[in-house]
Amino acid sequence: MFYRENGQFKSSYRADQQIFPIAQDRLAILVLLLVAFVVVPLGVSDYWMRAILTPFLILSLAALGLNILVGYCGQISLGTGAFMAVGAYAAYNFQVRIDGMPLIASLLLGGLCATVIGVLFGIPSLRIKGLYLAVATLAAQFFTDWAFLRIQWFTNNSSSGSVSVAGLNVFGVPIESPAQKYLFCLIFVSVFALLAKNLVRSAIGREWMAMRDMDVAAAVIGIRPVYAELTAFAVSSFIVGVAGALWGFVHLGAWEPAAFSIDRSFQLLFMVIIGGLGSIMGSFFGAAFIVLLPLLLNQLPGWLGFSISTALASHLETMIFGALIVFFLIVEPHGLARLWSTAKEKLRLWPFPH
Amino acid sequence: MKLKSLALTAALVASTLGALLAPSLAQAQAKEQFFPLLVYRTGPYAPNGTPWANGKQDYIKLVNATGGINGVKISYEECETGYATDKGVECYERLKGRPGVALFDPQATGITFALTDKVPTDKIPLITLGYGLAASQDGGVFKWNFPLMGSYWTAADILIQHIGKTEGGMDKLKGKKIALVYHDSPFGKEPIPLLQERAKQNGFELSLIPVTAPGVEQKSAWLQVRQQRPDFVLLWGWGVMNSTALKEAVATGYPREKMYGVWWAGAEPDVKDVGANAKGYHALALNTSGTQPKVIQDILKQVHEKGQGTGPKDEVGSVLYTRGVIIQMLTVEAVKRAQERFGKGKVMTGEQVRWGMENLALDQKKLDALGFSGVMRPVSTSCQDHMGSTWARVHTWDGAKWGDMSDWYQADEQIIKPMVKTAADKYAGEKKLTRREAADCQS
Repeated sequence: MFYRENGQFKSSYRADQQIFPIAQDRLAILVLLLVAFVVVPLGVSDYWMRAILTPFLILSLAALGLNILVGYCGQISLGTGAFMAVGAYAAYNFQVRIDGMPLIASLLLGGLCATVIGVLFGIPSLRIKGLYLAVATLAAQFFTDWAFLRIQWFTNNSSSGSVSVAGLNVFGVPIESPAQKYLFCLIFVSVFALLAKNLVRSAIGREWMAMRDMDVAAAVIGIRPVYAELTAFAVSSFIVGVAGALWGFVHLGAWEPAAFSIDRSFQLLFMVIIGGLGSIMGSFFGAAFIVLLPLLLNQLPGWLGFSISTALASHLETMIFGALIVFFLIVEPHGLARLWSTAKEKLRLWPFPH
Repeated sequence: MKLKSLALTAALVASTLGALLAPSLAQAQAKEQFFPLLVYRTGPYAPNGTPWANGKQDYIKLVNATGGINGVKISYEECETGYATDKGVECYERLKGRPGVALFDPQATGITFALTDKVPTDKIPLITLGYGLAASQDGGVFKWNFPLMGSYWTAADILIQHIGKTEGGMDKLKGKKIALVYHDSPFGKEPIPLLQERAKQNGFELSLIPVTAPGVEQKSAWLQVRQQRPDFVLLWGWGVMNSTALKEAVATGYPREKMYGVWWAGAEPDVKDVGANAKGYHALALNTSGTQPKVIQDILKQVHEKGQGTGPKDEVGSVLYTRGVIIQMLTVEAVKRAQERFGKGKVMTGEQVRWGMENLALDQKKLDALGFSGVMRPVSTSCQDHMGSTWARVHTWDGAKWGDMSDWYQADEQIIKPMVKTAADKYAGEKKLTRREAADCQS
């Protein structure tokens, strides 16, 4: 009833190719952006912005990058943490070694370095598929862990191997308060989400999806596998690299390679799977699920008025989390994004189904 | 039907979110001093993190049972970090806004690094007893960090002094080979600059053998030990890494008597699994263990016998438990010290507690009165020196318990001081900070 496209006629190609062809969707996304940009910074506590929304945004960005590779191009990668690490350390080196380097430039250059490494480790994808490729990307993970732990140059000869950045600012505006950090990440995420959405709707996105669905058929109809797969690796690791740089610079402030360990790679892969493979929206759902659920499970006993020991709470969290993942994979293997679109389908008829 | 449940879920989520947002809006005036407890009771470091956390909590319960800090009761909340930096940051953000928050003890070097940049803006001090950033001893640059009683540099220095003494003089170290088997993280890497400096001065050869965190797989590291045959092995491990290292040492036949652990590799969980095979293994000791000290007796009587103990009763008085008690005692004493200046019986702010930390003066008499006689040496901090004391001993595992304390050692000022100053200046340069003025010390 509220969500019907009756009467919305497209009279030009432009109108037909919009990202959100339905007026209600456009309105919803506008409201969402308005809330995210205006209402949240004004009305949400610092703790929420600093400790929940900022990491949620950065991890959504990383999941978005990974989704391009896994969900759109069908190449399973376990090296996401590695590409995040490359982005973070490269951005750090640009920041400390070049005086007066603008923050945004070093973040983007960090992303570019991640692109190079991503393409390098993407080359095996031309020969190996599926699980075997996953293992090859695992090599990227262990290689970067090793490199950033052992090669002193990358950490600017820091004796402990931990690096830190401070005094971030963009065009003279400091990125210090929770609201500033949140907005800074939000701008990055919005721009990248828009770019990614348009990329996957374009010719290159269709090539990726063709490769994912059947690579032989795609090659037969004239899609170059080398180009398609390497561009997917490049775009994906660029976004992931920028997310890594943001994670280090904005969220942690000081980090060591353990911040980008194999656990991070798995976490992001779970986000993509739970959120929905091959869906931009799904990346956000997945990140929200994985970031918020543990916090919710952690706080729930407190609100319900009984207390349990810290260790038990932590164990329960892991157990419930695992059970939910299994549940989702059985009940809705296409992830939360699919649930979302099912809900939208239903809403078109509601409340008068046949 | 499906839609109905969906709507129900949405309503539930909305209501819980509302509940989440509500408490932050209604921040009441603090009546209690709040101690946030960052702990890890799960994961590969839990065997060591748990007694530490229990000690901290039991001491708070003891203080509350005996009337609080000059009448101010202590409230606390634990937050599980799992030794992970990002979770630690989340816990810090969650708890820092509580009314009456005193200070943080991150219990992990990685979390300390991340928080060091955040605490000056939030005006909350950090206590990192025996861990954290070695350079933060310099209070002129690190206004909010307090690595009380020792850092990894003082630890490494004391170990080398001890080895020199057992060999019959520092000059005997010349030409010897010492291997550092370390947890490959900021925690394990911190002592390296000092050991390199010592190697230069005393003429021993230092070889670095990293172990990938968390340290459950050490075959290749111990293969290197076997090949190099070092005269001594320094073990810089934490959590499961320590017991694994000792097992590997047994397997490779490296004599345990030649192994020296840092004070984080010298507690019961580290050697219990290896038992008699670890006999002869030495480690640094910041404190004694056992139930003889008065404060431990008090905890047993006032907390555990009333059924309010945090952990198992037989772990009370273990090495890390006692260290947790010491950490909590020092923080409580800092609040007390701050109250002397800013008003007895009041809840102190983070800034006031910082002053208390910086002006700690715990002499032997005060320690005796608190029941800590024999457990540790006096601590007194100042504006420039945030460490307060570097005294430590070496104890040895006899197959069933830790004992056989050595004499007290103090880190060599002549080596440590210039290194701390250089490192602190480098940090200040990177962060574009200036050293604190003398006038700032009064505030």
